[in-house]
Amino acid sequence: MKIYLDNAATTRMYPEVLESMMPYLTENYANPSSIYSFAGEANKAVNKARKTLAGVINAKPEEIYFTGGGSESDNWAIKAVAEAYEKKGKHIITTKIEHHAILHTCEYLEKKGCEVTYLNVDENGSVILEELEAAIRPDTILISVMMANNEIGTIQPITQIGEIAKKHGVLFHTDAVQAFGHIAINVDAMNIDLLSASGHKLGGPKGIGLLYIRKGVKIGSFIHGGAQERGRRAGTLNVPGIVGFGKAAEISNDLLSQRTNKQISLRDYLIDRVLDEIPNSRLNGERNRRLPNNAHFCFRYIEGESMLLMLDGKGICASSGSACTSGSLDPSHVLLAIGLPHEIAHGSLRLTLSEDTTKEEIDYAVDELKKIVERLRSMSPLYEDSLKSGGNEYV
Amino acid sequence: MYSEKVMDHFYNPRNMGEIEDASGVGTVGNAKCGDIMRIYLDVDDGGVIRDVKFKTFGCGAAVATSSMATELVKGKSVQEAMQVTNKAVMEALDGLPPVKVHCSLLAEEAIHAALWDYAQKNNIVIEGLQKPVGDIAEKEEDVTESY
Repeated sequence: MKIYLDNAATTRMYPEVLESMMPYLTENYANPSSIYSFAGEANKAVNKARKTLAGVINAKPEEIYFTGGGSESDNWAIKAVAEAYEKKGKHIITTKIEHHAILHTCEYLEKKGCEVTYLNVDENGSVILEELEAAIRPDTILISVMMANNEIGTIQPITQIGEIAKKHGVLFHTDAVQAFGHIAINVDAMNIDLLSASGHKLGGPKGIGLLYIRKGVKIGSFIHGGAQERGRRAGTLNVPGIVGFGKAAEISNDLLSQRTNKQISLRDYLIDRVLDEIPNSRLNGERNRRLPNNAHFCFRYIEGESMLLMLDGKGICASSGSACTSGSLDPSHVLLAIGLPHEIAHGSLRLTLSEDTTKEEIDYAVDELKKIVERLRSMSPLYEDSLKSGGNEYV
Repeated sequence: MYSEKVMDHFYNPRNMGEIEDASGVGTVGNAKCGDIMRIYLDVDDGGVIRDVKFKTFGCGAAVATSSMATELVKGKSVQEAMQVTNKAVMEALDGLPPVKVHCSLLAEEAIHAALWDYAQKNNIVIEGLQKPVGDIAEKEEDVTESY
């Protein structure tokens, strides 16, 4: 048995996506940049996908640039803005809970002379708007805030952040890798100038992403060596990937709210069962303003990797912000940023649903999780101490 | 990532539990780093480890190394138990991933901490044994921090 509850890590491709890609992996193998008519079919398919993907976020097709994935899009956006706007300034604002594709890129730019403000978030992982506005300086060139957090699922107040950025004439980039295809996005209404997305988080293939660049935003190319993507991203187009990404976006965006409502009710059922039935557990992130498929918990007195191994032993695929899985002793930077002490942050578990996840699967997972938490606590010296001191409740 | 032996000791830990009125108890590690091990020893009058139990908060390797360490010292004299090094624990588990080597060091330290406690209580000196640096028995309040 396999119950896959790690859809924030990656998703299963829709069968229709694979089907849409097949011709471009087989008979229609032409390079779409070629001049002969054989390339026409591939070129048409790329344009169709570009149009679909643009439509999902209310952008124009010519504002969509294909990349090798979300991390490349994030790197490109941040580094290219820093380079193109260095005459205006060298100050970037981001948050403490970004994906490492943003954080490590910012750290890299700091070594190159940029100044970066890493905004705090509140206890639920939301950016504090007053703090954001106060951080803006005359030399601020970019605000980069993720649309939804990959660990705890909190959706940021993107519209308000966009308004603040626009008011101060600062470019606004959002890493929408977890949000794209899962929540409604409108780059105009949200005043987004740059947006990163990735194909494999919404039932598309791996190795394909996009960067939306608002018309008029003058940033340079990141990968040099060809005229593809209007000279801004060299490299032969990943035609099957692009086609699959487009198809996945088309499926995800079709009846988006209906599809996500089903996930939201199952997610809430999962959250309620865990919080009701497992003592000393807590939900991380906003209770309601969170990704439709994300549930993220901490269980006191136990450690995340042990939980994951035990769940794996029961056929349940899950993830954690656990130090052990990343090879570092520090727990998740996101959990520390929302104010959790290290020892509690170590006991984290992320369960992310797909639209195919069933109530039976959730029930099985929670039933097993209950037993696992109990077993690991029976092995934990921290739990033993808390029982002896009588203080085993959260305060 | 882990060897079959590690997984076996993780899923079926040997000697997990507590010993009431233990001859020696040692707790090492740090909840901040995500690993705490506690070893209980029951030592008979002849200085032989009659029983040993452990409790561990930590990753799969932390549990498995604790379990293996208890196996290796059970039935041994306290002097022989001193020979159970982290290397011995790792070898007995068919190796550990490099990032998990510290778990085996912690297991060795936990045994030493329990032996130290036993030696202190009985006013004896165990050759080669020093007070383990990772012993947190005296600052346990640090790990029960609440929020």
